[in-house]
Amino acid sequence: MEKFENLSGIAAPMPLVNIDTDMIIPKVFLKTIKRSGLGVNLFDEMRFDRQGNEIEDFVLNKPAYRDAQIIVAGDNFGCGSSREHAPWALADFGIKSVISTSFADIFYNNCFKNGILPIVLPQEAVDVLMKDAEKGANARMDIDLVAQTVTTSDGEVFSFELDSFKKHCLAEGLDDIGLTMEKASAIDTFEASASAARPWV
Amino acid sequence: MSPKTIYDKIWDAHVAHEAEDGTCLLYIDRHLVHEVTSPQAFEGLRMTGRTVRAPDKTIAVPDHNVPTTAGRDDPKNMTEDSAIQVAALDTNAKEFGIHYYPVSDVRQGIVHIVGPEQGWTLPGMTVVCGDSHTATHGAFGALAHGIGTSEVEHVLATQTLIQKKSKNMKVEITGKLKPGVTAKDITMSVIGETGTAGGTGYVIEYCGEAIRDLSMEGRMTVCNMAIEGGARAGLIAPDEKTYEYCKGRPHAPKGAEWEAAETYWRTLFTDEGAHFDKVVTLNGADIEPSVTWGTSPEDVLPISGVVPFPSDFEGGKVEAAQRALDYMGLTPGQKLTDIEIDTVFIGSCTNGRIEDFRAVAEVVKGKKIKEGMRAMIVPGSGLVRAQAEEEGLADIFREAGFDWRLAGCSMCLAMNPDQLSEHERCAATSNRNFEGRQGYKGRTHLVSPAMAAAAALTGRLTDIRELV
Ligand code: SF4
Repeated sequence: MEKFENLSGIAAPMPLVNIDTDMIIPKVFLKTIKRSGLGVNLFDEMRFDRQGNEIEDFVLNKPAYRDAQIIVAGDNFGCGSSREHAPWALADFGIKSVISTSFADIFYNNCFKNGILPIVLPQEAVDVLMKDAEKGANARMDIDLVAQTVTTSDGEVFSFELDSFKKHCLAEGLDDIGLTMEKASAIDTFEASASAARPWV
Repeated sequence: MSPKTIYDKIWDAHVAHEAEDGTCLLYIDRHLVHEVTSPQAFEGLRMTGRTVRAPDKTIAVPDHNVPTTAGRDDPKNMTEDSAIQVAALDTNAKEFGIHYYPVSDVRQGIVHIVGPEQGWTLPGMTVVCGDSHTATHGAFGALAHGIGTSEVEHVLATQTLIQKKSKNMKVEITGKLKPGVTAKDITMSVIGETGTAGGTGYVIEYCGEAIRDLSMEGRMTVCNMAIEGGARAGLIAPDEKTYEYCKGRPHAPKGAEWEAAETYWRTLFTDEGAHFDKVVTLNGADIEPSVTWGTSPEDVLPISGVVPFPSDFEGGKVEAAQRALDYMGLTPGQKLTDIEIDTVFIGSCTNGRIEDFRAVAEVVKGKKIKEGMRAMIVPGSGLVRAQAEEEGLADIFREAGFDWRLAGCSMCLAMNPDQLSEHERCAATSNRNFEGRQGYKGRTHLVSPAMAAAAALTGRLTDIRELV
């Protein structure tokens, strides 16, 4: 996985609450056996009409936001299915961070496996960032992973919380299966005692 | 020792390693796999030269993509991309030596129905699957939750999951339910109360008299939708009903092992005085047959209600409500029972079990569905289908005009050919009413099986209490 570098990018405002994984990547695109190439179908039903033409007023179709790397979204972003195709599609499109007041649990975890930083901030902060994002392409937002801050185009700074292990993996681009395998002996020991205690498992 | 919740107990029994910052490796007892979220995980194993650590604890079944019509074991009767996914599961299951139920096997079905049915799911276990409705298995007093594909790969390779502990939430349903009110109405009402993010960061324990009174199947319906409330998992302490259900299942323990297991299972309850970070209490008698009007499972109302006005909401929900009304083609103030529907879908891991079908049969027996109605009934597994045939339910459905199909996810997410067309309006027993969920621009109203059956007869959303 690529390391998450500090980011200075355009943020697209998506104030809608409960943006679910069916919106992020509709199920017709889940029939792939690959991880790549889903960016063209990101938000497909909101972005394109049935003939495949772009829907002009959808935010990522507006000239100012076509190169957005950040999404500022309403509450409960990523709710619904566990499909990792959602962060795959976001990452493939070029989105590196999503900011909201809350995320669905599975989606939140999935982001970190794909180099995306989901940032949780209180409503007041998200409101300010949403306004900033609405300014368009000239307003770049800065995200500093190490310092755990988001800075608006006006220089206003918001700090966010982040689990230290997740931060470490994201910053270093670590493969967590490899990390876990280093603890194989702990798993072996646990497995042996668990199967003695609960042989029916 | 300080008192523990059932979640605390299961968690503590599965921590294989704990780092200083509290990040744990949680050992996984059962890993269920289906065709849509696993190909990339198996591919990852191949690319890194890894194997499946515990193939005997890994169970695969195709369900999301498979057609629910005859002739489906011939890949020619599937779309090409679906056939590729199903074939990939087939290859992966064989190559990595995991348990497998192909479409040709009578035990094939929706992964969350097959697990309990075959006795793979037992109390006190940790169960994961690359599917959010894994919460279903919590009905057995198991800690069960959905994971993403990278985590599927992680579990395949290491039989563990990197986790931090969630908080404890208690949802208590007191007293008795009124006639016509079902497990589905309980679980939808809870989401209506807490919202779709109300459970975020929590594992829910459902308890109270109304939950105890439910059958195992009803409990599965309740836990199934814990994820719609945002919770990582939902669970119910095991009791006599749980043991009764598990006993004799193909993969349940036998003889002395059963005795030992049952003794252990009887320790799985929340201790007196254990701490919950959040408590929600509903009076069972206040719960009404429920229906969703919008495009989020929290958009739920008693069937006696009316379509809300966007101004009834606050903040970002005003816009969401307006968008939902436009999408659903509804007028604020309209009575829910005046909403006409075109299609009925009965099935899914929420309501595709035998008791659900008995409830439907009770409503439609000797009657005919409304003329022009498309009504589809899809068993959750081949065994549910066989049992419904044996009990004569299938005949009742066919005579009433239902399309009686083969097992799978079907129109719950419409990845196979079972889909709504644009603006088609459906009463569905599944669990999600998101935009496009059941087909592009399709409109979904979530209801219980009995309510779906009633709607099939009348052609509109119907209060089941009018019919009984
Ligand atoms: S029936 Fe629906 S919710 Fe259940 S596993 Fe299948 S697609 Fe998911």
